[in-house]
Amino acid sequence: MRGLLALMLLVLACTANAQSLVPQADADALPVEAPPPEETVVAGLSSDSVAITASFDGSEILIYGAIKRETPIPQGPPLQVIVTVEAPSSGVTVWRKERKAGIWINAEAVRIGAAPGFYAVATSAKLGDILLPEWDSRYRISLSHAMRAFAGEVAVESAVPFTEALVRLRQDEGLYRLDEGSVSLIDQTLFRADVSLPANLVEGAYKTRIFLLRNGQVIDVFVAPINVRKVGVERWLYRLAFDQPFLYGLMSLGVAVFAGWGASAAFRKLRRP
Amino acid sequence: MQIYLPIAEVSVNAFTLVGLGGLVGLMSGLFGVGGGFLITPLLFFIGIPPAIAVATGANQVVASSVSGVLAHVKRKSVDFRMGGVLLAGGLVGSWLGVWVFTILQQVGQIDLVVQLCYVVFLGLIGMMMLQESIRALRRSSKPGHRRRLHQHNWVHRWPVKVKFRASGLYISVFPPLLVGLAVGVLAAIMGVGGGFIMVPAMIYLLGMPTKVVVGTSLFQITFVTAFTTIMHAVSYNTVDMMLAVLLIIGGVVGAQFGTTLGARLRAEQLRILLALLVLAVCGKLALDLFLTPDDLYVVQQGIG
Repeated sequence: MRGLLALMLLVLACTANAQSLVPQADADALPVEAPPPEETVVAGLSSDSVAITASFDGSEILIYGAIKRETPIPQGPPLQVIVTVEAPSSGVTVWRKERKAGIWINAEAVRIGAAPGFYAVATSAKLGDILLPEWDSRYRISLSHAMRAFAGEVAVESAVPFTEALVRLRQDEGLYRLDEGSVSLIDQTLFRADVSLPANLVEGAYKTRIFLLRNGQVIDVFVAPINVRKVGVERWLYRLAFDQPFLYGLMSLGVAVFAGWGASAAFRKLRRP
Repeated sequence: MQIYLPIAEVSVNAFTLVGLGGLVGLMSGLFGVGGGFLITPLLFFIGIPPAIAVATGANQVVASSVSGVLAHVKRKSVDFRMGGVLLAGGLVGSWLGVWVFTILQQVGQIDLVVQLCYVVFLGLIGMMMLQESIRALRRSSKPGHRRRLHQHNWVHRWPVKVKFRASGLYISVFPPLLVGLAVGVLAAIMGVGGGFIMVPAMIYLLGMPTKVVVGTSLFQITFVTAFTTIMHAVSYNTVDMMLAVLLIIGGVVGAQFGTTLGARLRAEQLRILLALLVLAVCGKLALDLFLTPDDLYVVQQGIG
């Protein structure tokens, strides 16, 4: 009896120790000190890259996978899955308008150091029911955790309405999305999620994360990159505009002059005979 | 057909853009205006970011004015010396304007200033055109009296007088320089050619004869907007060539039809229509400024 108690204490101490060792910056990796999870996720994407062509009109990504386990399915509440897809982050400024001298002008601003340009969360059930807040803030899963640091001093009384506004505005544009129940999970073993990417996509290295949860706690994470890049004429124009801006400017002028002169010449010829 | 604009990074309907360009081209062919002052606000309405709308608008004006200036050079209705002085002022003004643009962008007020400029100028021009065309419509029934060629006013008494042979003027070099400067600033901030301001200023302020006014202003506009396009492209990478090409295709075709159509319709009635159109665009922009917005918060890229 005493031996059993000592063993339990030892296990408790170990897990407590392991949790405190989780580095904040690298929260995506599971603590190495923890015992290997009994259930791990094996997953794949329908494509690991998205090409933005001239006729790009959004894209759909299928994320599928299975849960690998050596032991039978544990008792208790069922396994849950959360899938997130995240665009690279960039700094944004959120302005609040105020009426001054009759017109609405940008008055106060909160600068946010990093907010993803796109963030989608797909879950197998209601997010609040399957994820405990402390695990949410550790892995930054829900939409309100999408943005990170504030840049510079925060001059306003409370930054909360500003960050809420950012999430709300981006949700309205379809850039931030929470699709509860959109991950289908079969027999606590197979899952799939369809995440649609909007037409107004920016370039960069996107990140997909798949979380396995039990009792509101994350038991395993799988991370996979998605490379979103412009291709063809889109890529060529974009690179030229940023790498050779002067040449690009001259070229836009050339196109304009040629089109303006060419069209009037062509019409004159058409009209003459 | 949706098309993804590489610089604006938005996806829009290509036919909408060609149609917009065509509509504005039709206007410019019908009424002899550059159309920059219509295309930039229309681009705001369909969701192109203001900085890109302004820079690409300037590029579009180059296309629509270059064929006009070539026609005028052939007809010898360009005062190159006057055009050169206006251009010198315009280049300095454009440089100043791009600089002001940067500062406004840093303090987050660029959208407001661009919109305010549009409301004020479109309102003024629309009213003036409406008044003038109604007066012209009344006058056309009665025989009018001939006015004097031009009146000497205070601006002609400034120092450093220069002879402008094609315009038949011997005036100080400063008034045209200042006119060019003002137009250059507007070109950079609003993405317009500025013909709608320069033409009245050339006639009423400088006293230039009407036959060289349009050619000379087009000459100045072509070069100032070309310079503005390069400045925006180099400092902000905000010229979207895909967007410009679609607008230009619509624009040049529309302009040709506009010219043909314009020859068949009565000028006074056309002008009233244009005036009403300008006032409508102005009204829409003004409402956005005065009415309580749907959302008090706006998101701006970057933390400048």
